Amino acid sequence: MDTIQFATFTVDGVLFGVEVGGVQEVLRYQEMTRVPLAPSIVSGLINLRGQIVTALDLRLRLGLRPRPPGALPMNVILRGDDGAVSLLVDDIGDVLTVSPELAEPLPETLQHLGRELIKGVFKLNGRLLLILDASSAINFQTGRRLTSDEARRAAAPPASNLQ
Amino acid sequence: MSSNDENDEVIKEFLIESYENLDRLDRDLIALEQNPSSAESIASIFRTIHTIKGTCGFLGYARLEGVAHAAESLLSRLRDEELALNAEITTALLTTVDVIRGMLSSIEATKQDGDADHSELVALLLRLQTGGSATAPVAEPPPPAPAPVVAPPAPAKEPVKKAAKVPAKPKSEAPAPAASVAPPAPVEVAAPAPIPHPVSPPVHHDRAAEPAGDTKAAPTVTDGYVRVDVGVLDKLMNLVGELVLARNQILQFVPGVDDANFTATTQRLNLITTELQSGVMKTRMQPIGNVWEKLPRVVRDLSLALGKRIRVEMEGRETELDKTIIEAIKDPLTHLVRNCVDHGLEREADRLAAGKDAEGRLTLRAFHEGGQVNIEISDDGAGLNLERIRAKAVERGLLSADQAARLGDREVCELIFLPGFSTAEKVSNVSGRGVGMDVVKTNVERIGGVVDLTSRPGLGTTFRIKIPLTLAIIPALIVSSGQDRYAIPQISLLELVRLTGAQVRTALDSIHGAPVCRLRGSLLPLVDLRGALGLEGAASAAELASAETVSIVVLQADNQRFGLIVDRINDSEEIVVKPLGKHLKGIPAFAGATIMGDGRVALILDVLGLAQAAHVVGSQERSKARRSQGTEAEAPQRRKQSLLLFSLADGRPIAVPLSMVSRLEIFDARTVEPLADYRVVQYRGEVMPLLDVDTLMGTGGGNWQSEGPLHVVVHGYGKRYVGLVVKRIVDVVEEHLELKKPAQGRTASGVLGCAVIQKRVTELLDLDVMLRTEAGRFLLPSDDGAAGMEQ
Repeated sequence: MDTIQFATFTVDGVLFGVEVGGVQEVLRYQEMTRVPLAPSIVSGLINLRGQIVTALDLRLRLGLRPRPPGALPMNVILRGDDGAVSLLVDDIGDVLTVSPELAEPLPETLQHLGRELIKGVFKLNGRLLLILDASSAINFQTGRRLTSDEARRAAAPPASNLQ
Repeated sequence: MSSNDENDEVIKEFLIESYENLDRLDRDLIALEQNPSSAESIASIFRTIHTIKGTCGFLGYARLEGVAHAAESLLSRLRDEELALNAEITTALLTTVDVIRGMLSSIEATKQDGDADHSELVALLLRLQTGGSATAPVAEPPPPAPAPVVAPPAPAKEPVKKAAKVPAKPKSEAPAPAASVAPPAPVEVAAPAPIPHPVSPPVHHDRAAEPAGDTKAAPTVTDGYVRVDVGVLDKLMNLVGELVLARNQILQFVPGVDDANFTATTQRLNLITTELQSGVMKTRMQPIGNVWEKLPRVVRDLSLALGKRIRVEMEGRETELDKTIIEAIKDPLTHLVRNCVDHGLEREADRLAAGKDAEGRLTLRAFHEGGQVNIEISDDGAGLNLERIRAKAVERGLLSADQAARLGDREVCELIFLPGFSTAEKVSNVSGRGVGMDVVKTNVERIGGVVDLTSRPGLGTTFRIKIPLTLAIIPALIVSSGQDRYAIPQISLLELVRLTGAQVRTALDSIHGAPVCRLRGSLLPLVDLRGALGLEGAASAAELASAETVSIVVLQADNQRFGLIVDRINDSEEIVVKPLGKHLKGIPAFAGATIMGDGRVALILDVLGLAQAAHVVGSQERSKARRSQGTEAEAPQRRKQSLLLFSLADGRPIAVPLSMVSRLEIFDARTVEPLADYRVVQYRGEVMPLLDVDTLMGTGGGNWQSEGPLHVVVHGYGKRYVGLVVKRIVDVVEEHLELKKPAQGRTASGVLGCAVIQKRVTELLDLDVMLRTEAGRFLLPSDDGAAGMEQ
């Protein structure tokens, strides 16, 4: 029987998991450089061995209340299409192995969480494990307008129409 | 470079490329034999043969072309599935590969494609094409099918596309150690090793029987190169970037450590790092010809479609640029070329009517100048129609008729870079949609370049792009705002101003609440960095005026100067530019990020984006219009010259044109070493002679001291530097110069004349004369005679 492995972490008391394949590494709190003018979900930039990684606050991403002041978040570094991205979480849990059959639909009661980011739910020993859709979590529209460049590119004629 | 050399270069590239293609052909053919229905393999083989045919036809190798042509015809029938692949055809094609290889080595050795007779092979290929069986003598049993060496076609293609050419030293040992670093990209998978014979027999099946030693006897051109995966180079570049950062950090310790050994070791580390940096940078350099290669084809297709005849000429295709920049300018270049073909060059009939050659000329030129690369795209077409541009600008509502009429020709030319501007009468397939020139400009500016154009009616148009050599490591000024540090690329930096105490009150002012600074008689708009970044604690104009000290970084964005107020101005450093993630790419104020010596991340400010966000530079239209309105009022001040002022030992001021000054440096007097009659310091991996201005001017020689800081004005002389030791650097001024003759006897000592600068009579130094007489002996031994004759 096939099983799936999830790297788990908690955010505001809720246990989340992402498939281990999408996780590059897990790090304790890293110093961050804030980015002015950025969407509020972007907490800052961290230096991951010479690579600059954007850190996104998963609490804000999921629409949860902000982390209490003084609490230092941990980093779950995900492999994105455009380089690594860090998700800031409250605590890191174990890697859990579950069988896909145990998946259940998302309870209707989970309204306050960003439902579109949850792929499914597993019931584990009385605790719920919410499976986070990693790629949706790190790909989001910030609601900003297209930059003039993007607009131009969208309007530009396809470059290959001459061949 | 003579045309002959150029031709050699072309042939060499053709050979390298063709050898690689042939290696792939072997693999593809064999893969095809395993899987005869693979349309992809046939298409790939067809393309390879087609390329070889095309290139050798162009180079005039008729014999080779004939063979390739016959093979191509056969392949085209295979591709169209009019013919099924069988062993005979495979054999014939493999034989063709061998024959072509033979001819290539003959070309390499003698520049001729050999005089062997390939008519039999050609006949066989033709016969196979018509579906006939090979009954001719060449139809021998197929070569032993090298079954175990079937190459998976997918990985074979990847490295070929991604690899960059890395020239290795042409020593025979060189490739071996280098190869151990490189991933084994071009592995010889198919068939026994090729044997390059000067003249190869038309058909030889017993390749395996050839002595293997033969390959050594005639090394092919590819031996001097190692193909390296770009990923490896990028990683190397990253590591060097890290090393530069670590070096910067160590250098910060030097002043605090009293250990000669440590200082010396650090010096060495410093030099080696610099050298390594430039070495690695070189591996990423690619000739601009790589981008240009595609352009003749673009021009050809376009001109055919438009019914024009156009010849493409290229100069300086060997000019090297960083790979990332090459990629970034690919599209703008293509666009400019298309634009020239579409708008610039006239139709044949129009050209003849204008008394020009029927064939239009499009020239691409590239050259290095002052650490930058210049790329020119020029045509000998009709030039820009300024009246039409004016009319269009008015019609589009970009300018009023009055403004348009007052614009100078140059400014009219610049209008075509505005968004939404196109004068094409009809929207063609090619251009005329009004998206284009502004994108070209934005893209070039994004990589720190500038683009402008000159146009002469009836004679043609020239676009000129100036771009930096590399983007990976740039000098930058680090500033602080609260706890945050930001890096400002040095290229947009004009000067630093620090106001204290009473100066703050006198220099700062506000116009309608917008802070300005009075700087040498002109008003400089001020932008608070905190405000521009939307951070808390931005000072209002009133708060500024009551501040103890104000630090201002004077920046240049889109021809507009402005002052950025920061909390603290730190050091200038070489920083490694790293891109921002996609979540942050849309913020115009940042150009990227870098990692500082302490391992923390700092954002790099995009000066143009910042200025636009702060409305110092409006949207492009507005600023253009404003500038043009101000044109007449500003005209008399235009010929102002920027001068660096410093004082002599006796307190008199003296000036040099800022354009002659590469940098201002402060050296520790202890690092000065004697060399022959000179004093020198190590500077940027070179030995830089130092000259004392006062000794030269006969005003004493008091600037040498055994310790403490030496203020040095660095002047670049070709690739070398000379340093002028001065007592004190006073200021940088912009003055409208009225040069008076120098006092008698002063010319010889290098005085150009004198002028009134800041109400004081100031002598202007003629660095050229001064360096010829003095440093000339050190710098330019060969120029001695010439310098003497001029005296």
